[in-house]
Amino acid sequence: MKSNIKIRSWLLAGFLALFVSACATTQEEVLEDGPPPEDQMPVDTGAITDDGSGGADASGIDGSGDDGITAIADDGPMTALELLEQTEGALADRTIYFEFDSAKLTSESIAILETHGNFIAGNGEVTVRLEGHADERGSREYNIALGDRRAQSVRRVLLFQGASTDQIDTVSYGEEKPAMSGHNEEAWSRNRRVELIYTVN
Amino acid sequence: MQIKKQVSFLIAIVWLGAMQIASAALTIEITEGVDSALPIAVVPFDTAKLSSKLPVDLAAIVASDLNRSGVLKSMERAKLPATPHYSNQVQYQRWRNAEQDYLVVGRVLEKSPGVYNIEFQLLDVLKKKQLLGRSMQARKRNLRSRAHQISDFIYQQITGTRGAFNTRIAFIRAQKKDAARKYVLQVADTDGFNAQNVLESDEPIMSPSWSPDGKSLAYVSFENRRPEIFIQHLATARRSKVAGFSGLNGAPSWSPDGKFLALVLSKDGSPDIYTLNTATKRLKRLTKHRAIDTEPVWTQDGKSIIFTSDRSGAPQLYRINVAGGKPKRLTFEGRYNTAAALSPDGKFIAMVHGARGQYKIAQLELETGNLTVLTDSSLDESPSFSPNGKMVLYASSRGDNGFLFAVSIDGRAKHKLSDQAGDIREPVWGPFDSK
Repeated sequence: MKSNIKIRSWLLAGFLALFVSACATTQEEVLEDGPPPEDQMPVDTGAITDDGSGGADASGIDGSGDDGITAIADDGPMTALELLEQTEGALADRTIYFEFDSAKLTSESIAILETHGNFIAGNGEVTVRLEGHADERGSREYNIALGDRRAQSVRRVLLFQGASTDQIDTVSYGEEKPAMSGHNEEAWSRNRRVELIYTVN
Repeated sequence: MQIKKQVSFLIAIVWLGAMQIASAALTIEITEGVDSALPIAVVPFDTAKLSSKLPVDLAAIVASDLNRSGVLKSMERAKLPATPHYSNQVQYQRWRNAEQDYLVVGRVLEKSPGVYNIEFQLLDVLKKKQLLGRSMQARKRNLRSRAHQISDFIYQQITGTRGAFNTRIAFIRAQKKDAARKYVLQVADTDGFNAQNVLESDEPIMSPSWSPDGKSLAYVSFENRRPEIFIQHLATARRSKVAGFSGLNGAPSWSPDGKFLALVLSKDGSPDIYTLNTATKRLKRLTKHRAIDTEPVWTQDGKSIIFTSDRSGAPQLYRINVAGGKPKRLTFEGRYNTAAALSPDGKFIAMVHGARGQYKIAQLELETGNLTVLTDSSLDESPSFSPNGKMVLYASSRGDNGFLFAVSIDGRAKHKLSDQAGDIREPVWGPFDSK
């Protein structure tokens, strides 16, 4: 009888967990999906300019014939989503690292964050969650405060570049969510960080 | 967003429903014994007259309790020279020859099916007389608790200090399953038995704090993807969110009268100490500094709060009057002193003490300012005093796991609690009334 109740409550918990993760997926994980499928590409991409004549050989720039050269229309600027999907450049760099018991940003980190700040300022549909973390040493609540201080350091740079306060959310996990396990300087240096997590609304 | 919140609330309820399921027991191991501990023999209690076998070995529980204290050392069962059950069956000379100072004998009688009477006697081997005799009623479900009470009686009779064996501890267990983590807030007896889940979550749970009546826990949960403070009544699993402001909501600590929580909020800027009247919900800001102020704990008189602040440039402990005023710095030795725990008599502070890259548990005597390092490992945290002030419970990371240790305040006796199922940390020893 008791085990029955147990199984049922776990089943229920399982269903609810599935439901929640389904909700979460639709909202948060857009950025992880890779490039959009072909049929969602902007319609003007790669479109052929229409010279009005409609002939088979009318696709050339000078209309002279079939030398395979075609004109391309202006794609317009990249969307926020496309910018975020780039795998290179400062915007792709979304983890900022810190020294022990410090929230001081290096000049390299500031340069990276200025790019992020400009990007956020220029794209009102973008919001970013700054997740601050600490290494495992010392006490847990102090590390929560330290992770918060790190997130606030990052936030200040983003705001200075013109990002709006509405676009930035901060949370500190302290030492609770290490990026790398291990009790050595390598792991510790990887764990003293702020992660920038974007959402395009 | 609203929907998500409601769903996670529902999940919490389901988890709470599972609370009564006993989870894997913790294992206990004495890592440092004390040579000068007083020898005591605990003879297995007579259960021959019972209609069915007793589910627990009372004498074994008592012997194990007394061993962990570091003050007493119980004789191995195989070496007992005799097995008397009444004081009038004891031949004192045999126990004297076996170099025992004390002897415990006892028996269990069945008053009616499932209702027992446990009788025990503590005997002084040298003086050949009874020091203590008690009879207590028990049912199957509280037999372990009764055994811990017997340990408390014996400990108090011999040392003059109230025993803390029949109390509970709370702690956090973190489990890794593939890439995901699971966090469980648990309470257990001081010997690791009767572990019960209070809350399970896929997001971190932190900083449990016992109410002074031992009936509730305050804690921090990230279940809504940000830190929020909850109070949960253990017996009914009823809980309420008491702080969910923007920014940090952390480090809850109950006032000695149970009416207030000290906590850390950053809603007005940097992390500062506040007090919250749990009945009226009235908040009062106690510190206002751009530095980190965190980890508040109340002094026993309820008039001051000791907290961590890095206002000097590195984290140190301070004391502030609850009525207001300027904080006074308490620690000066070492660059890192955090997570204060106050001894029940108010004379000592246990803390995380960082020096030369090592984080150990140290004890500061407030009157003299003497600092004593209690541990010899390098990643120790979360110190908490036993309610009788004789042991300090703390967490330590070793290899892939976190363990709980309890060390006597003289640093000589130490035992370890481990859990096969995961990493255990953030232990807090409950008050005398936590059973």
